[in-house]
Amino acid sequence: MKALLRGALAGAMVVGLAAGAYASDDLVTMQKNAKEWVMPTGNYANWRYSTLDQINAGNVGKLQVAWTFSTGVLRGHEGGPLIIGNVMYVHTPFPNIVYALDLNDDNKILWKYEPKQDPDTIPVMCCDTVNRGVAYGDGKIFLYQADATLVALDAKTGKVDWSVSNGDPKIGETGTSAPMVVKDKVVVGISGGEFGVRGRLTAYDIKDGKMAWRAYSMGPDSDILMDPEKTTMLGKPVGKDSGLNTWEGDQWKIGGGTTWGWYSYDPELNLIYYGSGNPSTWNPSQRPGDNRWSMTIFARDADTGMAKWVYQMTPHDEWDYDGINEMVLADVTVDGKKHKALVHFDRNGFGYTLDRETGALLVAQKYDPKVNWATHVDMKTGRPQVVDKYSTDHNGEDVNTKGICPAALGTKDQQPSAYSPKTGLFYVPTNHVCMDYEPFRVAYTAGQPYVGATLSMYPPEGDKNMGNFIAWDASKGKIVWSLPERFSVWSGALATAGDVVFYGTLEGYLKAVDAKTGKELYKFKTPSGIIGNVTTYEHNGKQYIAVLSGVGGWAGIGLAAGLTDPNAGLGAVGGYAALANYTALGGQLTVFSLPN
Amino acid sequence: MIPGGFERYLRRVDAALFAAVAATAISAATVGPSAHAEDKPYKIEKDGTVDWSTFSGYRRYHSECHVCHGPDALGSSFAPALANSLKTMTYDQFIDVVVNGRKNVSASSDKVMPSFGTNRNVMCFINDIYAYLKARADGVLPRGRPKHEPKPKAAQEAEDACMG
Repeated sequence: MKALLRGALAGAMVVGLAAGAYASDDLVTMQKNAKEWVMPTGNYANWRYSTLDQINAGNVGKLQVAWTFSTGVLRGHEGGPLIIGNVMYVHTPFPNIVYALDLNDDNKILWKYEPKQDPDTIPVMCCDTVNRGVAYGDGKIFLYQADATLVALDAKTGKVDWSVSNGDPKIGETGTSAPMVVKDKVVVGISGGEFGVRGRLTAYDIKDGKMAWRAYSMGPDSDILMDPEKTTMLGKPVGKDSGLNTWEGDQWKIGGGTTWGWYSYDPELNLIYYGSGNPSTWNPSQRPGDNRWSMTIFARDADTGMAKWVYQMTPHDEWDYDGINEMVLADVTVDGKKHKALVHFDRNGFGYTLDRETGALLVAQKYDPKVNWATHVDMKTGRPQVVDKYSTDHNGEDVNTKGICPAALGTKDQQPSAYSPKTGLFYVPTNHVCMDYEPFRVAYTAGQPYVGATLSMYPPEGDKNMGNFIAWDASKGKIVWSLPERFSVWSGALATAGDVVFYGTLEGYLKAVDAKTGKELYKFKTPSGIIGNVTTYEHNGKQYIAVLSGVGGWAGIGLAAGLTDPNAGLGAVGGYAALANYTALGGQLTVFSLPN
Repeated sequence: MIPGGFERYLRRVDAALFAAVAATAISAATVGPSAHAEDKPYKIEKDGTVDWSTFSGYRRYHSECHVCHGPDALGSSFAPALANSLKTMTYDQFIDVVVNGRKNVSASSDKVMPSFGTNRNVMCFINDIYAYLKARADGVLPRGRPKHEPKPKAAQEAEDACMG
């Protein structure tokens, strides 16, 4: 009866939306209901935190599998399910199936949507055919397909409401990221930094898919939606055509800066936050200049797309340190002053704390002590102080620059961190991998790879672990505790009010650790390596933990084929076994709960 | 490495392909093998040092092909292990598939090999890539990045000419 009532309420909410309120007004309310998980990031602030505490540090050791669901798809399963009312929405990598599962009726499939996509899209996806999840709003489920088509599905029936093409796979433009619903718009990015795609963020009208605004990462100010006087970096106006004059010739037209990560939104400031990716190509000698605004944190007006402030973390990238990782919005006190802050763990190995109203840089510290390509970030200019020895531009084309930490995978990739307002700590899944990087000359051909470097990756000298799961103090920029992991931790974390933090490992373990100490409290080996993000919800009075298994992604492509093989000649010192010895491909959702 | 511009090079590949297909009956003994059609298009010293062409193939393979065909030509669920395929695939078949692409799409399979015929990063170094893969297929080159001889001047000149 209770469940029925809740179902009716959820239905009423959908009707309410149709009456004309902003979808995001509703989402702001819905994200506070811990029983549901209404957006991939948990909430607009990207916390991945739940106030549910039925499962807690005292009893999580008794966790057991409640039910499972095979997605029927191999390859890398990133992201995680949404739970809206009594329905769970599960997505898959290419072919991008969406399943609606009825939590009230034995988790049976209410509807299944499978788009018809040209398989020619597959070879233009750089790092596996991943998809990071669907979005909900206005009674619709938004699926952003591999072929860069954005589809609005009726959340009740799975029928297509509208569909729009956000890019052309023939020139290497693809979709991997999860859309985000903001007000009356759906925001989507673009993938293809390894194909010379020019990155942009695009907002579509939630009702009919009509484009509202599109903001490029580089090019003329009018393309970037940037005001040379009003848009600032570290408090100073960016000046005219910064996205042109920091490039040589027309290189900006194939400049990368793609937007395939996570987006967050501050409803009070009405700003959308996200980061842009690497400048194309990976050979820095072919693109002199700072290459603005690749590798940049953007704060944009949600209505117009206009950039309020920007901060370029890695000018003139030489290592493929995309800046696309999530922006976590939280109140952080730095030097005694409380800020509406933005916390970001960049691929480049620095954990940044910025004031999210002004874009002022507050903290920039290494979140892996092995990071060596820069000594520190100059807090006045915001520029990392690059070490010549590790500069692939300084060393030049056809030279193998060795021992750079982190590797191109970054100290962290897209796998999102979690923030607990209860402990005030950030929980960060990290990579602990270094590399050799040899850039070389490449030519651009539309729709063909545009990479221009070859890499070898291995753990830092003297270490055996290729990952760490850390707790981070963003006000000081310090690691609080760090748990070594055999492989990169490529799974998104979840923090809960039960003082438990969850994450998955590439071998396939779901782990629960104590939020204060990091002590391991529970682990269970799922059928395949986990690169998905852990989710929680409540149904019929019971708390559940859900996670997608299915090894793959960039980590899976490299590691599954044995980059850690001691015989591979990649600098590893023995004692490493390939990931292939621990797990195999296969998509499955595993849902956990406490015993009855 | 092929001297001359890329366009000229493409024509040469077409011509070579056509000749190969039209005249498979003419054995190597009749016309003499070209460098790429040799049994062993690579040179590997006892200490594992490879010639520039083989190394160049390693580099280009790992920026153009390995996303689907796997690191060290070991394959993935998208595409076959070329360290295997080249045990039986001839040079001419190899060129044909790289230039024209290939599709194997069915209910259970979505295998698509794009055409790389206009991609200089592949076509300017196609014989290098072949040499590298052949060495892998012959089991004489271990996994990972090989040591290599310095880049010869001729290789640099050919690269400059072909890449335009």
